[in-house]
Amino acid sequence: MPTQILMPALSPTMEEGKLAKWLVKEGDNVTSGDVIAEIETDKATMEVEAVDEGRIGRILIEEGTENVKVNVPIAVLLEDGEDASSIDAAAAPAAAPPAPAAAETATPEPSGGAPAPAAPAVITVPSDTEVPEGTELVSTTVRDALRDAMAEEMRRDDAVFVMGEEVAEYQGAYKVTQGLLDEFGGKRVIDTPITEHGFAGVGVGAAFGGMRPVVEFMTFNFAMQAMDHIINSAAKTLYMSGGQMGCPIVFRGPNGAAARVGAQHSQDYSAWYSSVPGLKVIAPYSAADAKGLLKSAIRDANPVICLENEILYGHSFDVPQMDDWLVPLGKAKVLREGADVTMVSFSHGLSYTLAAADALAGEGISAEVIDLRTLRPMDTDTIIASVRKTNRLVTIEEGWSVCGIGAEIAAVVMDQAFDDLDAPVQRVSGKDVPMPYAANLEKLALPSVQDVVDAAKRVLYV
Amino acid sequence: MATTKKAGADKTASATAKSGTSKKAKSSAAVPDFTAEEEREAYNQMLLIRRFEEKAGQLYGMGVIGGFCHLYIGQEAVVVGMQMAIGEGDQVITSYRDHGHMLACGMDPKGVMAELTGRRGGYSRGKGGSMHMFSREKNFYGGHGIVAAQVPLGTGLAFSNKLRGTDRVSLTYFGEGATNQGQVYESFNMASLWGLPVIYIIENNRYAMGTSVARAAAKSEELYNRGSVYGIPGEQVDGMDVRAVKAAGDRAVAHCRAGKGPMILEMMTYRYRGHSMSDPAKYRTKEEVQKMRQEHDPIEQVRQRLLASGDMGEDALKDIDKGIRAVVAEAAEFAQVDPEPDPSELWTDILVDA
Ligand SMILES: Cc1ncc(C[n+]2csc(CCOP(=O)(O)OP(=O)(O)O)c2C)c(N)n1
Ligand SMILES: [Mg+2]
Repeated sequence: MPTQILMPALSPTMEEGKLAKWLVKEGDNVTSGDVIAEIETDKATMEVEAVDEGRIGRILIEEGTENVKVNVPIAVLLEDGEDASSIDAAAAPAAAPPAPAAAETATPEPSGGAPAPAAPAVITVPSDTEVPEGTELVSTTVRDALRDAMAEEMRRDDAVFVMGEEVAEYQGAYKVTQGLLDEFGGKRVIDTPITEHGFAGVGVGAAFGGMRPVVEFMTFNFAMQAMDHIINSAAKTLYMSGGQMGCPIVFRGPNGAAARVGAQHSQDYSAWYSSVPGLKVIAPYSAADAKGLLKSAIRDANPVICLENEILYGHSFDVPQMDDWLVPLGKAKVLREGADVTMVSFSHGLSYTLAAADALAGEGISAEVIDLRTLRPMDTDTIIASVRKTNRLVTIEEGWSVCGIGAEIAAVVMDQAFDDLDAPVQRVSGKDVPMPYAANLEKLALPSVQDVVDAAKRVLYV
Repeated sequence: MATTKKAGADKTASATAKSGTSKKAKSSAAVPDFTAEEEREAYNQMLLIRRFEEKAGQLYGMGVIGGFCHLYIGQEAVVVGMQMAIGEGDQVITSYRDHGHMLACGMDPKGVMAELTGRRGGYSRGKGGSMHMFSREKNFYGGHGIVAAQVPLGTGLAFSNKLRGTDRVSLTYFGEGATNQGQVYESFNMASLWGLPVIYIIENNRYAMGTSVARAAAKSEELYNRGSVYGIPGEQVDGMDVRAVKAAGDRAVAHCRAGKGPMILEMMTYRYRGHSMSDPAKYRTKEEVQKMRQEHDPIEQVRQRLLASGDMGEDALKDIDKGIRAVVAEAAEFAQVDPEPDPSELWTDILVDA
């Protein structure tokens, strides 16, 4: 069967070019690798090599021809024993490459509503968080709740291990891993060198290999060193492998501003991670949610970013005393019901928000407060339902507002509840500056209770 | 705990020698004496850092300084000895443990202390804090909070020297814990490949927060050798002896100025205080700290030599101490009365007006 030699592309964007010169003539024998022609575009010149063995049966495009389309036959190669008579059949225009089988047209999912991709293991997390009547509630710090979550999951599943800087002997830079080394030993509670990019990659590799790593970043500021593995290796591999290679890993640590630690140690990464398909992102506020969400995250078959907050570590909340307290990912929680304005926040932002709700109540304004708990996938249904009721929305976050969580919520609400809004959505956020060190400037850079109160009044026009 | 090591005794020394470009680490046994003037200068500089840091610790305790505050006490000989080996226009860059470096570079103690307290007279006008100060005038390039980030930056300073055709050298300081970051080796490769005039100074104070060097670094006893596969010569130096530091610094500076590319100096040193201000200190014994202070203190060593040689008597030394205390007290006073930055400063310096 004669073989067509096609006009090659010099680059992924090349559509046509000039067949500058033939270096062979009809009747010449060629073997693969022989240079047979030169082609040119406005950007470059390239030699065309034969990829098969044979005899040049016919040259279809004369040298010097301009605007030769990529993939057009330029010559015909004959095998041993073939002659020119077999050419005409082969020289018919090349068939268009087969179109991909028409896939069912994907309907765009509302942001955050995408179904979880095929995952290598089953998630056993209930869809709600009902606490059975009579369950004892134990006041617990967020710090201890996170530790308990890891300890329980490590007891439950030998594949779970904890790795990071100072997590073992030092008991955690912020003492979140206190006691884990004692209980589980150095094989499962591992101190790493200061080498974030390296150990994040090692964690992802271990997850590919069947483990369930919990990788602690001393703070998320240092996870910027590891960003490539979090995004390129952990978040994208399931997709790139056509669903084969899931990555059940949790990256966790304190996120956002602590106090007076300056620009390089005070960044909120909520929006960064939340913009990445292939990641789930949780940002708990209360100890009960910290425990329940982290346990669910460790069982999740996907990479989960757990954004904690240093200031909240020491705060105590009631945690249900249950054998297996799980909070599902992707479900927001109405912390406080109200009728006049919806206020959506997460993590430490709720400290301001709840205080503002109190202050507003004192002025006769009833605010509904929603704790997002999971940032991706975001429970927009809960937000929309609330906005349908209050018709007014304020978002509160400590991070920067440009392309932030509040911006995303505002877009979703505009899309899905435009007619329900009685005022433009207001965003309260950290100021659009790196975090300053000076006490007075730091205070100005962060959102305040007053900022939230003012925003609520703006949407209420009072 | 040994603070000096003879590289001749180490196993890979022959392997490095074989590479032809790396030379063996030197013993600090043959430390050249200082002149009386050098002894006095070293004493002054080190004591200024010590007193400054003690005062900073005190102000932190009073709540006047916030956030992190990484003191340099115990490590003074490293930066002072190196500073004595360089000249005008050579650059310095380091981590967050930067107060000593700034003072050694000749930056004003008042400006440094006022930055620690977040006041407008601080080097970064209160916006940087303890970890982030800079001085173009004194060729001090920070003050970096991300472990090892300053290593490629310092390499870039050397790159600029090479491109601009100067003979200036970049002193790039980092902790032994930082030597485990990948970007250190990316820097080593480029520095050697392009023959950059950079001295990598590993301040091996034995601990990265609560992790001892042996728990974090493979072949931890020979960090000076970590550039050998790139052909970068390294030396291990008694970083508690300011004379040994200066001598090694002199060799490294000469190496760089001669166009022979980068060099690594591993300074064996020790931090007396916690990593930052809150430090449970459970990772080492009190005895270990005590022993270092008593037997290896960099300032005490100079003091004893000054006394023994008769160059200075107790009274003269006391006068120096008094003078330094006055300088530090003045800095502390300024740092507390100087106002906070104007609120409008929140919005300045984000971009240059172009
Ligand atoms: C990339 C990164 N990871 C972690 C930290 C937190 N951290 C700050 S200092 C430090 C220890 C560094 O030790 P070393 O390099 O030996 O310097 P030393 O503090 O002893 O001067 C750590 C882990 C950080 N600042 N940056
Ligand atoms: Mg160290």
